[in-house]
Amino acid sequence: MNKPIRILAVACLVMFVGLLFNVNYIQAFEADDLNGRDGNRRVMDEQFSRERGAILVDGTAIAESVPSNDRWRFQRQYPEGALYAPLTGYFSYIYGQSAIERSQNDILSGDDNRLFVNRVVDLLGNQEPQGGSVELTIDPVAQRAAAEGLRDLGEGTRGAVAAIDPQTGAILALATQPSYDPNVLASHDLQSTQDAWDQLTADANQPMTNRATQATLPPGSTFKLVTAAAAMENLDLNPDSQVKGGAALTFPGKTYTLPNQGGGNCGGDPITLRQALEVSCNVSFGDLANQVGEDELVEQAEKFGFGTDPISGIAANESLVTGESSDLEDTQLAQTGIGQYEVTATPLQMAMVAAGIANDGAVMKPYLVDTVRAPNLEVLETTEPERLSEAMNAGKAGQLKDMMVSVVDSGTGRPAAIPGVQVGGKTGTAESAEGRPPYAWFVGFAPANDPQVAVAVMVESLEGNTSDIGGGRLGGPIARAVMEAILR
Amino acid sequence: MSDTSPLAPRKRRGAELVLTLMAVVIGVFGYIAVGLGTTGAIPTDTYRLIGGLILAAVGAHLAVRRFAPYADPVLLPLVLCLNGLGLAMIHRLDMGRQAINPDRAAFATGQVIWTFVGIIAFTAVLVLVRDHRRLQGFTYTFGLVAIGLLLLPLIPGIGQEINGARIWIRLGPFSFQPGEAAKVCLAIFFAGYLVVKRDVLALAGKRLLGIDLPRGRDLGPILLGWLISVGILVFQRDLGSSLLFFGLFVVVLFVATERPGWLVVGALLFAVGAWFGYTAFGHVRVRFEAWLDPFSNPDQNGQIISALFGLAHGGVLGRGWGLGSPELTPFSFSDFILASLGEELGLTGLMAVLLIYGLVVERGLRIALTCRDGFGKLLGIGLTMSFAIQVFIVAGGVTRLIPLTGLTAPFLAQGGSSIVMNWAIIALLLRISDQTRRPAPKTSRVDADDQTQVVKL
Repeated sequence: MNKPIRILAVACLVMFVGLLFNVNYIQAFEADDLNGRDGNRRVMDEQFSRERGAILVDGTAIAESVPSNDRWRFQRQYPEGALYAPLTGYFSYIYGQSAIERSQNDILSGDDNRLFVNRVVDLLGNQEPQGGSVELTIDPVAQRAAAEGLRDLGEGTRGAVAAIDPQTGAILALATQPSYDPNVLASHDLQSTQDAWDQLTADANQPMTNRATQATLPPGSTFKLVTAAAAMENLDLNPDSQVKGGAALTFPGKTYTLPNQGGGNCGGDPITLRQALEVSCNVSFGDLANQVGEDELVEQAEKFGFGTDPISGIAANESLVTGESSDLEDTQLAQTGIGQYEVTATPLQMAMVAAGIANDGAVMKPYLVDTVRAPNLEVLETTEPERLSEAMNAGKAGQLKDMMVSVVDSGTGRPAAIPGVQVGGKTGTAESAEGRPPYAWFVGFAPANDPQVAVAVMVESLEGNTSDIGGGRLGGPIARAVMEAILR
Repeated sequence: MSDTSPLAPRKRRGAELVLTLMAVVIGVFGYIAVGLGTTGAIPTDTYRLIGGLILAAVGAHLAVRRFAPYADPVLLPLVLCLNGLGLAMIHRLDMGRQAINPDRAAFATGQVIWTFVGIIAFTAVLVLVRDHRRLQGFTYTFGLVAIGLLLLPLIPGIGQEINGARIWIRLGPFSFQPGEAAKVCLAIFFAGYLVVKRDVLALAGKRLLGIDLPRGRDLGPILLGWLISVGILVFQRDLGSSLLFFGLFVVVLFVATERPGWLVVGALLFAVGAWFGYTAFGHVRVRFEAWLDPFSNPDQNGQIISALFGLAHGGVLGRGWGLGSPELTPFSFSDFILASLGEELGLTGLMAVLLIYGLVVERGLRIALTCRDGFGKLLGIGLTMSFAIQVFIVAGGVTRLIPLTGLTAPFLAQGGSSIVMNWAIIALLLRISDQTRRPAPKTSRVDADDQTQVVKL
C-alpha cells in the first residue's frame, strides 16, 4: 500500500506549495493593489494616524494635517475650503480621497517609493513617519478672481473657469460653482461626514463635480475658432479671404436653413474671414465646416486636444466633436462648425484652444502639479512642460490670434478688454435643450505679443433672470478679471 | 527491518524535550509581544502562562516518554508550537475585539482550559490505546458512533444552528461540534472496513485511458460515503465537513485498493456533488462568487475582503503582534485566524505556520509509510490526509486560493472540540509511530549477557 501513499505525499506537496505560492502572491505582489483599494479601513486608519503632507499654492497650504486628540492623531484641514475643493478634493475616512488627495496619495501619505529612504531613517530614528508635500501651479489671485467672478453672478449660478499658461500648459486657475467644503468630509465625526455626503450627492447642482474639467457642454461660437483654424490650414485662407455671408445658410435639396443669431446678415455676402469671426457669423462657419469636411475638422479639433483625456491627477472628461454618429449630413456638419449638434467641450479644453492659438499653434499639455517634495523639502520631481501637438503653423496661428484681438477690440468680445493690453477672445452662446436658456462661453488670452494666460469661462445656468444670457456680457468680465490677476 | 538491525532503535526523547521547550518559548514570546504591542508592557501574568505552558508541554512529553517511548519525536513539539501561537493570537484578538466593544466575549482563557483538556485527552489515548490494532476490533462500533455523532446536531433541542450551519450541539453550558469527533471515528471505521474489503474492491473493471476503473457492483461503499457527505451538505449546510469526509473516504479507499480508478470515480462524484450544491444552495453560490471576484459585491463579501486587506497590510514582515487590525475581520479568532496571523506576523510568519503544518503532514505520511500492518497504514494515512485536507481547505479558503468553506485551522483556531480532537489525532499517530519504531519483542528481550547465544528458543 506504499505506492498510493507516495502518490498522496506528492499531492500534499502540491497542496502546500500552492498555499505558499498563493500567500506570496497576495502579501508580496498583490499587496500594493489591495492597499490602494477604496474602503480599506486598515490603510485609512494608518493614514489618519500619520502626518499627511500639505498641498501648497504659492507656498501657502490649501490642505494640511494638524494634530488631533480624538480617535485619530491628525485632522485634515482645508483653510480655504470650497475655493480649492475642485483641486484638493477631499480626504475622507468613509469615502476615500478625490482629486489631488487621491492622485498624489502616495507622496502625501509618505508611501511613495521615492520616500523609502526617509521611511527607513524615520524608523531607525524612532521618528513619526511624515508625508511629502505637493505644490500646485495655481495662481492664488487668479483662482480667487475666477471664483469671485462666478459668485458675483449669484450663488445659484452654475459655471466654471479654467486658466492656463499658454507657453507651458501650467494651470493657473480652475474654479467651479457651486463648490463644496471638503472640511466636512474630512471630519472625524463620521456621522456628520455621512450626512454631508448624502446632502452633497443628492444636490441637483452637483457641487462635487469639477465643471471646469468634467462638464462637457456645447461650446457654441467659441468652437468657431477650431473651424477657422481648420479652414485656414486646409483651405489656405487668411484674415482677408472672402467667405460666405448673408442672413441664412441653405442646403441643396433641404428645407432646413441655418440662420445667424439675432437674425442679422453678418454685414453682407461675401465678407472677410476677419469680419465673420468679429460678428460670429453662423453662415460663414457653417459653410466653412462643409468646405473643410468632417474628417479634417475632427482632426483639427483633436490637435487642440479633443478626444483625449486632457489632464492627469484630477477627474476630467474628454471633449468630442461628434457623438455616437459620424458621417454627418451637410446640415449637421454646418451645425458642428458653429459648436452645436453633438460638439461637447469642457472649459479646460476651450482654454487649451485659446492657449494653442496664442502660443503660435503649439498646444502644451496642461498640468497641475508643479513640484513634489520630500518631508525634508528636498525636491523629488518638477513637472517639465510638454508639447501636446502642433495644432497650426505659426504664421496661420498669428493671423488667427490677430483676428481674436479684433473680436475684443471691435467685435462681440469687448467686455473682456483691458486698457493698455492686447487681449484676444471669442464669445459663444450655445443653444441647449428646447425651452432651456443657452450656455454662455468666453475664451481669450492676453497679452497677444507675449501670451501669459489663456482663459475659458462657461456659465451653464444663471440664477434668477435666465433669459438674458450672452457669452461676452457674462463671461467677458470674469475672463478679464482672471487675466488682470495674472498680468498684475 | 529494525528487528535485524544491529543498532538499537533510538527513542530520541531528549531531542523531543528540547524541541518541546523551544515550542513553549515561541508561544511565550508571542504572548509577551502581544502585551508590548497592545499596552506597551509585558503582561504581569506572563509567569502564569509560562508555568502553565511548561506544565502542559512537559506533561505531554512525559506521557509520550512513559507510554509511547519510541514514538516520532517531532510531532509533539510541532503541534505545541501551533497551539502556543494560537493561544497568543486568540488573546491578542480578545484585546482588539474588546477595544471595539467591551461586551464581546473573551476566548483566551477558555482556550487555555481546552488546551489542557486536549492534552489530557492526548494522554488518555496513549494510556488506553496501548496497541492501535486493538481498535480494529471496534470497526463497526466506531462507524455507528460516527453516524450517531453526525446526526446529533439534527436532533431538535440539543442541535444548534450557528451562522447558517447546523453542526453544533449544546448541553447545558457546553457547546460542542460532534463533527470533529466523527472525523476520528470515521477514520478508524474506514481503515478497519477497507483493510478487510480491500481485495474485493481492488478487482479491476473496465480500463479507460490507462486507468482500471472499479467494477460497477463494487460502487456500493463509495456511493454510501458520498451520500453521507451530501447528507451533511443538505441537512447541516456545512460544505467544509462534507468535502473533508468525502475526501477522507476516497483517499483511504485509494490507498487500500491501490487503484487510481477510485480517485477518478471520487472526483466525478465530487463534481456532481459540487454542481448540486451550487445549484441548490444560495450560500454555496455566494461563496463561489466571493471566490471568483470578491470586489464585485463588497457588502456581501466583506469578510474575505477584510482578510485580504489584512494580509496585504501585513505584507512581507507583518505589522507585528498587537499592531495590526485583524479584529476587523469577522471570526478573526476562529475560521480566519490564519489571516490574522498573516496580518501581524506577515508573509514570513504565515509561511512558517504553513510549513509547520506541512511538517506535521510529512511526519504523518512517514508514519503511514513505515507502519507494518495494513490497519495502521490506513488509519495513519486517513488521519494525516484529513489533517492535510482540512489545512488546505481552511488556509486556501481564507487566502482565496479556493472558495471559502467553514473549517477550523487545527490547533490554532478558537474552539474546544477542534483542539481536543486534534490532540487525540496526534496521540493516535504517535501510537502507530511507537508501534512501528519499537524494536520487535524478541530483540527487545535480548540482554547484554545473551550476546553469545546463537540459537534462541
